[in-house]
Amino acid sequence: MPIHSDGDVVMIRQKVRAWAVESGFGLVDQTKIVTAASELARNALVHGGGGAAHLELLNDGMRKGLRLTFEDSGPGIPDIELAMREGYSTGTGLGLGLSGAKRLCGEFDLHTKVGEGTRVTITRWK
Amino acid sequence: MERIPILKLGEFLLVSIQVDMHDRLAMTLQDDLTERIVKMHAHGVLIDISALDMVDSFIGRMLGHIADMSRILDAETVVVGMRPAVAITLVELGLSLPGIRTALNVEKGMDLLRRASEANRGQPGKGRHVPAQD
Repeated sequence: MPIHSDGDVVMIRQKVRAWAVESGFGLVDQTKIVTAASELARNALVHGGGGAAHLELLNDGMRKGLRLTFEDSGPGIPDIELAMREGYSTGTGLGLGLSGAKRLCGEFDLHTKVGEGTRVTITRWK
Repeated sequence: MERIPILKLGEFLLVSIQVDMHDRLAMTLQDDLTERIVKMHAHGVLIDISALDMVDSFIGRMLGHIADMSRILDAETVVVGMRPAVAITLVELGLSLPGIRTALNVEKGMDLLRRASEANRGQPGKGRHVPAQD
């Protein structure tokens, strides 16, 4: 799914909600996943100049899960440790996007290269 | 342009957010509300978020800004109807909405605004004097 406007961020939230319901997540987990997706999609839009989100349903035989990937080809993050710090922000936000999304999801993976872009993957198992 | 309606009820303004807001819509609401507070001489703002199934850091920040700006303009803000799952998520996200008064529902929120407004009027130099009740 493309992330090129704040309308796209809303579309992603709704799609993630539908998939989380489909995967059988409870209401609190659904809300956490949707909120994390909203933060990361907005990050890709505001800091990465737009990008794309990919949704995957997981099933390892024992349990179901949801994996979301957010990619942009923006400037990348020079100092990951600093960017992950709660309250740090280069934009006008609260600096809760990355650190908050990490707290809301079980697995969090960040790849970034200065000048090439950023890819964040979050996974939540049921 | 898409807008969230602001209703006037006596000296208070009422907003019920019924749509999944994109960021621009949230900013528009913030601007519209501050304008209406001044125009209507409103003493309180009630924001009903019971239809919101998620509040992320952007919407949280908008609510905080509205509360701050209305306070400067001599109006109280109360946010009502937050869903439990939203509250749990907000706290985990790291956002505890400092400076925002909340109430469980519209009725309790209106009570809170009325009390705040009466207390304000009771203060010297704050307009009409209303004798203290109970």
